Amino acid sequence: MIQTAKLALEDGTVYTGEAFGASGEIAGEVVFNTSMTGYQEILTDPSYRGQIVTMTYPEIGNYGVNAEDVEHASPSLAGFIVREQSRVFSNYRANGDLAAYLKSNNIVALAGIDTRALVRRIRQQGAMKGVLSTEDLNDDSLVNKAKNSPGLVGRDLVREVMPFEIQSWDQNLDQWTEEEVKRQGGAIGTGKAHLVCMDFGMKWNIPRHFASRGNQVTVVPGDTPAEKILELGGDGVFLSNGPGDPEPLDYAQKTIKELIGKTPIFGICLGHQLLSLACGAKTFKLKFGHRGANQPVLDLETGKVEITTQNHGFAVEEDSLPDCLEITHRNLNDDTIAGVRHKEATAFGVQHHPEASSGPHDSHYLFDRFQKQLAK
Amino acid sequence: MPRRDDIKKILIIGSGPIVIGQACEFDYSGTQACKALREEGYEVVLVNSNPATIMTDPATADSTYIEPLTWQMVEKVIAKERPCALLPTLGGQTGLNVAMDLDANGVLEKYGVEMIAANAKVIAKAEERDQFKLAMEKIGLDVCLGHVVHTMEEAREALADVGLPAVVRPSFTMGGSGSAIAYNKDDFEVLCKSGLDQSPVTEVLVEESIIGWKEYEMEVMRDADDNVVIICAIENFDPMGVHTGDSMTVAPAQTLSDKEYQRMRDASLAVIREIGVETGGSNIQFAINPADGRMIVIEMNPRVSRSSALASKATGFPIAKIAAKLAVGYKLWELPNDITQKTKACFEPTIDYVVTKVPRFAFEKFPEADATLTTQMKSVGETMAIGRTFRESLQKAMRGLEVGAFGLGSDSKDLWGTDEQPDEDAVRAKLGTPNAERIFYLRYALKMGMSIEQIHNITHIDPWFLDHLLQIIELENETRQLGALEKIDFDQMLRLKRDGFSDRQIATMVQSTESKVRSYRLEQGVRPVFKSVDTCAAEFEAYTPYYYSTYESESELPAKGDQKRVVILGGGPNRIGQGIEFDYCCCHASFALREIGYESIMVNSNPETVSTDYDTSDILFFEPLTIEDVLNICDATNPDGVIVQFGGQTPLNLARGLKEAGVPIIGTSVDTIEAAEDRERFQALIEELELRQPPSGIARNMEEARREVERIGYPALVRPSFVLGGRAMEICYDKVQFERYVAEAFIVADGQPVLIDHFLEGATEVDVDAVSDGTDVVIMGIMEHIEEAGVHSGDSACAIPAFSIASEVLDELRVATEKLARALNVIGLMNIQFAIKVEDNVPTVYVLEVNPRASRTVPFVAKATGTPVANIATKVMVGQSLQQLGVTEEPKPRHVSIKESVFPFRKFAGVDIVLGPEMRSTGEVMGISETFPLAFAKSQIAAGVTLPTQGNIFLSLSSRHKDSAAQLGKDLTALGFNLLATPGTAARLQEEGIEVTAIKKLSEGHPNLIDYLKNEDVELIMNTPNGKGARTDEGKIRAAAVQQGVPCITTVAAAGAAVRAMQALRDDVLQVEPLQDR
Repeated sequence: MIQTAKLALEDGTVYTGEAFGASGEIAGEVVFNTSMTGYQEILTDPSYRGQIVTMTYPEIGNYGVNAEDVEHASPSLAGFIVREQSRVFSNYRANGDLAAYLKSNNIVALAGIDTRALVRRIRQQGAMKGVLSTEDLNDDSLVNKAKNSPGLVGRDLVREVMPFEIQSWDQNLDQWTEEEVKRQGGAIGTGKAHLVCMDFGMKWNIPRHFASRGNQVTVVPGDTPAEKILELGGDGVFLSNGPGDPEPLDYAQKTIKELIGKTPIFGICLGHQLLSLACGAKTFKLKFGHRGANQPVLDLETGKVEITTQNHGFAVEEDSLPDCLEITHRNLNDDTIAGVRHKEATAFGVQHHPEASSGPHDSHYLFDRFQKQLAK
Repeated sequence: MPRRDDIKKILIIGSGPIVIGQACEFDYSGTQACKALREEGYEVVLVNSNPATIMTDPATADSTYIEPLTWQMVEKVIAKERPCALLPTLGGQTGLNVAMDLDANGVLEKYGVEMIAANAKVIAKAEERDQFKLAMEKIGLDVCLGHVVHTMEEAREALADVGLPAVVRPSFTMGGSGSAIAYNKDDFEVLCKSGLDQSPVTEVLVEESIIGWKEYEMEVMRDADDNVVIICAIENFDPMGVHTGDSMTVAPAQTLSDKEYQRMRDASLAVIREIGVETGGSNIQFAINPADGRMIVIEMNPRVSRSSALASKATGFPIAKIAAKLAVGYKLWELPNDITQKTKACFEPTIDYVVTKVPRFAFEKFPEADATLTTQMKSVGETMAIGRTFRESLQKAMRGLEVGAFGLGSDSKDLWGTDEQPDEDAVRAKLGTPNAERIFYLRYALKMGMSIEQIHNITHIDPWFLDHLLQIIELENETRQLGALEKIDFDQMLRLKRDGFSDRQIATMVQSTESKVRSYRLEQGVRPVFKSVDTCAAEFEAYTPYYYSTYESESELPAKGDQKRVVILGGGPNRIGQGIEFDYCCCHASFALREIGYESIMVNSNPETVSTDYDTSDILFFEPLTIEDVLNICDATNPDGVIVQFGGQTPLNLARGLKEAGVPIIGTSVDTIEAAEDRERFQALIEELELRQPPSGIARNMEEARREVERIGYPALVRPSFVLGGRAMEICYDKVQFERYVAEAFIVADGQPVLIDHFLEGATEVDVDAVSDGTDVVIMGIMEHIEEAGVHSGDSACAIPAFSIASEVLDELRVATEKLARALNVIGLMNIQFAIKVEDNVPTVYVLEVNPRASRTVPFVAKATGTPVANIATKVMVGQSLQQLGVTEEPKPRHVSIKESVFPFRKFAGVDIVLGPEMRSTGEVMGISETFPLAFAKSQIAAGVTLPTQGNIFLSLSSRHKDSAAQLGKDLTALGFNLLATPGTAARLQEEGIEVTAIKKLSEGHPNLIDYLKNEDVELIMNTPNGKGARTDEGKIRAAAVQQGVPCITTVAAAGAAVRAMQALRDDVLQVEPLQDR
């Protein structure tokens, strides 16, 4: 009954466990996420395109899956690894179990391995290319495949997850999150702006935030040129998160360069990196990235710390920062740049995910900050 | 702007004696806080009445006051020390209450002391029900609907709001009696009517029933800049209705989706902000309706709590230390995370394992108490286990509990498949009402084929948890079917171990032995690895070596270096008879080893303790204390020595097995330890040394018992052998009593013999603690008990120095101690209990018991004499001589120290409080002064006994004590008290011409003593028992006194001491002095 699956890393390490998702063989960059909840949001986050995600928390699947807790229509990550997949789920909101969900979405998944050992290896060696297979169980063959797999650097993964056409967005936040927005002093339903979101693989909770605040939201593919975006006549442009390396996305950088100064801009994660690149900064690949829901970020202006959700393998290089940008936020764990602002134009970006989902709601204020800029 | 420089001296108030609901966790938090503040250069003044704490070691604070925790006494400390600030949030509810009293009585204002971390307004807002409810409504959070009503009309209106089922709680009834759930309108009417009748103020609280909802706790920290982080979310296995201290709990939360978790996190942040706790940790409890997700805030503790200790140990995040630093102005992001060193304390720990906490109960000590688990906490301790899965951590926790279980079933505690296997009705009954054994009955229910749905409907325990129990049972059944050890292949063995099964359980399943399973498993190559607790799920490197075992592929334990290393085995969960005193000893062993360049390795499973703090030892293993787990650690660490004599009975029980497995046990040999416990070997030794023991005998049947008692003589102490902690012990004064109790003892003994000792009536009991290095023996302290022999030494009060024993007799004790230490070749600590019986003015010394190990009294002796007893003993055990250490003479303290015991009777309504040979105290306090009466007075105040200065005192003494009654009567009258007495005692007093009001016995109608108690017309009761038991008149009186909070003294000796103390309190003023100046 139990089907064996193997994960091979490019450094030659092989982990053998049980398959619990779809059958098949996939290659990807092996990374880890330290969130203890939110596996369904993580699975559906398009930024994981091309990656095999390892959950550090060992018991996964406990509360099943449901129709609401999704950040995209379906998962787009390469593979999924857990220590223990729950054979039952218990939650009044659930409508199915994780294993079936992975199968139906054709995601290869591995359970039962020493995930902590894997995470320590990634921490020490850096994120690595890997192959996850239920078909080829030959260690040497798998390791070779891992070595020869393409990796993330220099690849345009955005085109694999962005929409094909311009769409309008009308889904709001869930009721609990709206309540929290209000508790934090944000306004629900009163915004009257029209916002254009450049979708590079956008998590749905971002446009939900904009919509809940009362705005008209238009979502455009990430390769939409500037003139077309400006033609839409919006009050501001949002640059979404998305997968992989920002450097090869020259089309997006060009578009953003043309938009700066013409309309208020807000970027999240990849959007923040693209904004920085458009301003002349460089990005670099982190050893193993930041993926989790407990990353502390210091807001340099207020001196306050927000606990944030992060999911990125690249970051903006501080030494390369052009004069027109100033640092607004820092990651407290490793001091890397977590936020920048354009000194003249109305444009800012953050490396973390204020829309959370999964993760804490400490950074909601960034949406309210952008909202004020939209009103101007 | 890191820290405040406007404050220099900070007062910390501890939590006092260990009681149910307040255990070692506040020693842990207080100790961390003291260290953290002193590290920053602040002067720390500490007040705590509990001597058995690391916190009250003179090295922990700058000025340490072992004084009663009343605002009046703390005011004296404030007047003397003039601290700038008071940090009220680290000493549990006791510390918080004293701080609030100081504020309410204007003391803080008078002396200009600032309350830091949380001020009085904040504390009141969190703790007062109405204020809290308003605050929650303000931030849009639900609280449990409830209305206080005084009439049936009001009750019906309330019901319309809260709906059915509804909880009806009459106000101010004894022990909360009369509380019940109404499931329909008829029930509701009946309950409210009787509730209004029962309530002395005709008041009933009608509340919405949330019994069966899911229960969660969030540990929150906030700094002065309003940065807030969640340290840990804890999910209760037992749903609402069981106090969280009595619930099995699991970290992190298991069955919440991120949406639900973030909603709870949002609520937690909103609560701490609205209540306004400025800095530090708080604990917020939530209930969630599993059907629709409705969330209710149950309560908030604006302070470090038991759960904070658990959260600290579960995540590695030092909550108390950080709370102390935040209180002096640091921001979370300015403080380093000690575990990773490179990252900051401002983050939310994430864990990659599952933590299970299981409470430990002591109902066997209180057979008359109601053993149903309710919203009032009844457990006395807890164990915590870490595993990679819930199943592994649960099974580890079950064996860490040390109740005879080695996991979930398949051990000697398992009734399944035995003659006592419960039937379905019995199982259903045990599932229906929460109780200490419920986890075992959940297994029986699953074994008998009840479905998860059926069990969930009865218990409301989340199906996720229940299914995991089922998975454990499925694997058990599968393994049982294999039938033989050799049939367990590598994969099956690994699966078993990964699910937390112990070798002992596997042995039971395949009819083998633990040691065979162990060797077989090791041959297969199935051995555990050790992974670290690092706050960050391996995202960063951890520098603090804090480990748990699991069955995975990679171990993180570093190889042994050049340093010699010694393993210290801790005491496991607190229980009556084994608590913080032993943890104190283990910590000191670790400190001593580190002092002399050894690597210290601690093994313990009790999350409340200082010993499981991440920086107490060089390496910490958070593991159950069983042979298997300890051997695994020894295999992995290859220690040069293992210390078993500091952790109480727990490690001693392992000593033989460890020795046989070749573990190098240091100090007194295992043979010696056993010799002292073996009755016959010990008797021979006593004779050889020409010492004396009370006459004693062994009986295997009634006939032998009668013959033995003839020889031994009355009064006789009867007890079953091989039953620990004085259970079912009884003193028999005549043949009638003897016949009855011996018969009972044979039943309890269950096939084992019954022991009969001559009871030394009226003898003085003495404890002697000594250290021996095999050559020299140095006495550390001689403690004279206040109560006569017959009261368990752990329950009696005692004094250093001895107050009534002649110096020749003390010398005789010293000689006997030396003889015994030499004869037994004790290396390390030893404790001897003596009894001195005076007949015809000639004192005779009897040896009652020798314990070649650390005793409960070690911390008291250390505090009373200023001698680091455990430290010395540790160094001796690794081979240093007493000469080398410069320890050659018995310390001679200049003041009087008295230890008094503290009991949990208030938690067990209706239990008789008479002291006897069975230990029932949970904790102790210490009173220090220049004279015996003042020290005794302090010890009583500290123990919560308010010695009155005027009013009515009720006397009822056993016929054996009528002469003492006359003396007491005279003394009390001279002090100006009015006397009340039962007819017999009154007659005796009147004979002496003492004025006394005779009042009726309970059976004679009204007004009787219970009426006086209810009318608050009695200040103190002195009652020595004729009989024992909750059903007797006396028992009822004593139980009523406890419930009314009226002190009740049950021995003549203690009554005499109390009289002297009351006299002293009238003539003298209590002074306070720090240990450092004594």
